[in-house]
Amino acid sequence: MRKNNHSMLVKAFFGITFVVLSLLLMSISISAQQLKIGVSQIVAHPALDACRDGFVFGMEQAGYIPGVDVSYDFQDAQGEFSNAISIAQKFKDDQVDMIVAISTPIAQAAAQVTSEIPIIIGAITDPVAANIAESWESSGNNITGMSDAAPNKTQLELIPSFLPKATRVGTIYNAAEANSVVQVELSREVCQELGLELVEVTASNSAEVLMAAQSLVGRIDAFYIVTDNVAVSAFSSIVKVSLDEKIPIIVADPTFVPEGALTSFGIDYFTLGQKSAEKAVQILQGKLPSEIPIGKLEQPEDLTFMINVDVANRLNLHILNELLDEADSIVFAGTIWNRSE
Amino acid sequence: MTWSLLFHALEQGLVFGIMALGVYITFQVLNFPDLSVDGTFPLGAAITAKIIFAGGDPFIAILWAVVGGILAGGLTAFFHTRLKFTNLLSGILTMTLLYSINLRIMGKSNIPLLGKITILNVIKGWFPQLSLDQLTPILFLVVVLLVKLLLDYFLCTEIGMAIRATGDNEQMIRSLGVDTGVTKIIGLCLSNGLVALSGSLFAQYSGFADVGMGIGTIVAGLASVIIGRSIVRNRGGIGWMTVSVIIGSIIYRTTVMIALRYGYRLGFQPGDLKLISVLLVIIALTFPLFRGRIKAIVTTNGSNGVENK
Repeated sequence: MRKNNHSMLVKAFFGITFVVLSLLLMSISISAQQLKIGVSQIVAHPALDACRDGFVFGMEQAGYIPGVDVSYDFQDAQGEFSNAISIAQKFKDDQVDMIVAISTPIAQAAAQVTSEIPIIIGAITDPVAANIAESWESSGNNITGMSDAAPNKTQLELIPSFLPKATRVGTIYNAAEANSVVQVELSREVCQELGLELVEVTASNSAEVLMAAQSLVGRIDAFYIVTDNVAVSAFSSIVKVSLDEKIPIIVADPTFVPEGALTSFGIDYFTLGQKSAEKAVQILQGKLPSEIPIGKLEQPEDLTFMINVDVANRLNLHILNELLDEADSIVFAGTIWNRSE
Repeated sequence: MTWSLLFHALEQGLVFGIMALGVYITFQVLNFPDLSVDGTFPLGAAITAKIIFAGGDPFIAILWAVVGGILAGGLTAFFHTRLKFTNLLSGILTMTLLYSINLRIMGKSNIPLLGKITILNVIKGWFPQLSLDQLTPILFLVVVLLVKLLLDYFLCTEIGMAIRATGDNEQMIRSLGVDTGVTKIIGLCLSNGLVALSGSLFAQYSGFADVGMGIGTIVAGLASVIIGRSIVRNRGGIGWMTVSVIIGSIIYRTTVMIALRYGYRLGFQPGDLKLISVLLVIIALTFPLFRGRIKAIVTTNGSNGVENK
């Protein structure tokens, strides 16, 4: 009786092992047909999320349907640089076909970990300064993608056309973010050329932005907000001060125009993600990453010129018709109207 | 500095004052360095933003935020009293896991609340003759005073006394038959409930909730407690202590505002903000010391006159 029981257990064990093994084999054969792409970002953040979603959308447009042709492994380092390395190591261990690195520290970590797996960068301001590419034309390694360098000059030039009387511009940024410091330094030069004074204040986390914005009241005629992670995380706080004190906001990232900025002439992170996907498709078609130059959104046709008429009305501002004619999209009566429509 | 700026500093001092009272309960009363605060402040904001964004009642949102804070405090207490982790580790674990929880609650990293119905809009509706600028400091003052009085009362009840005794001399109070595990649980729940309330109000006041908004909360809270205590000093009862914490918080926020506003005139760079606020805090902290010196100088100079009498 006991022996019988034992042999049944053995049989059951072999049966289960067989099922598990066959399941494993099946899953391997499925994943062999599917592309595996590891997508990593430094932190969950509206702009970076838009870049990620834009990438997935761009791939889908090129015929790579998620779950059918390609499986994504989305990772978020939750703001910790040490996690960025661990994620890159995981991707390498999983033998993903491609890594999408959104934000500079993620790209640096991925470049550190692998020199074989192609890395598509998204939302990296200056890949050459970040030491992950030899030049914009050719990285000389396994990296290509898109930069999110904001056209600060074009944006600051909006101020005289929208606000001819403005002389002082205030900006809020986190002094610990290298990208922001570069943009603010550039803005300072551009402001001088334009005869404007740039008043700078800093905030080291999103809860401090409100007070920073309040401290600028009376000292400035307009806000200019660069693509700073801390400042845009608390964008609502800046809008609150803007509407209360009738100080218009010019913002580098057009995503924030519907949220209460007056205008932006900048990069749409969703478009940026889509353009990154185009680079990824070129690699999948057989090109080497070093053969594909790292792109920038500089051409006016790639940039989004957006005006928020609702905000202009609330601030009692009159916007010239020529500007409205040039705009790619306009926020009016709570709705976004695109030129193409 | 204009009056409106001082009022903004006051408003934020009051809102963060509730958080500082929470920190006071753990650090001072319970003698428990609780770092969960960096997670429970955004937790309160996250719960509130989620409910208000979905069109929920702001009062209900505040209530749930406080419940969330209490549960998070309970978790820290559980780690410490039941799993026997050290107090620092317990707080760090809760703080860290709350980052993910907050992301889960919000479903994204940031929820804007502009144009949504917050407690400020609702109360504005009750007093149409007052502007929002007038109403906000009054409302926050009322809330803070209410919290303060309830806390004063609670700390003088039997349980409150037991919590204070746990912080003063755990061995002694245990020998009297009090379960210090229970007093720690109550203290931590209460503290984190207050911190979440503060986060909830701040989210509605500043118009957003963000996962990153909790970083450094504990530093501001501790600074407020210490500044307040050194300025008001030991004047006796619990009532004075809690007032001093709130005053400390207002002073802390005012120093930040001064640093933001006038730092550049003194040739500081924008990145020097933290340095300037620390310098101002040092001045605030050493002020009573100088006051003592000045008094000493005045009395020694005047003492001749006294002796002649």
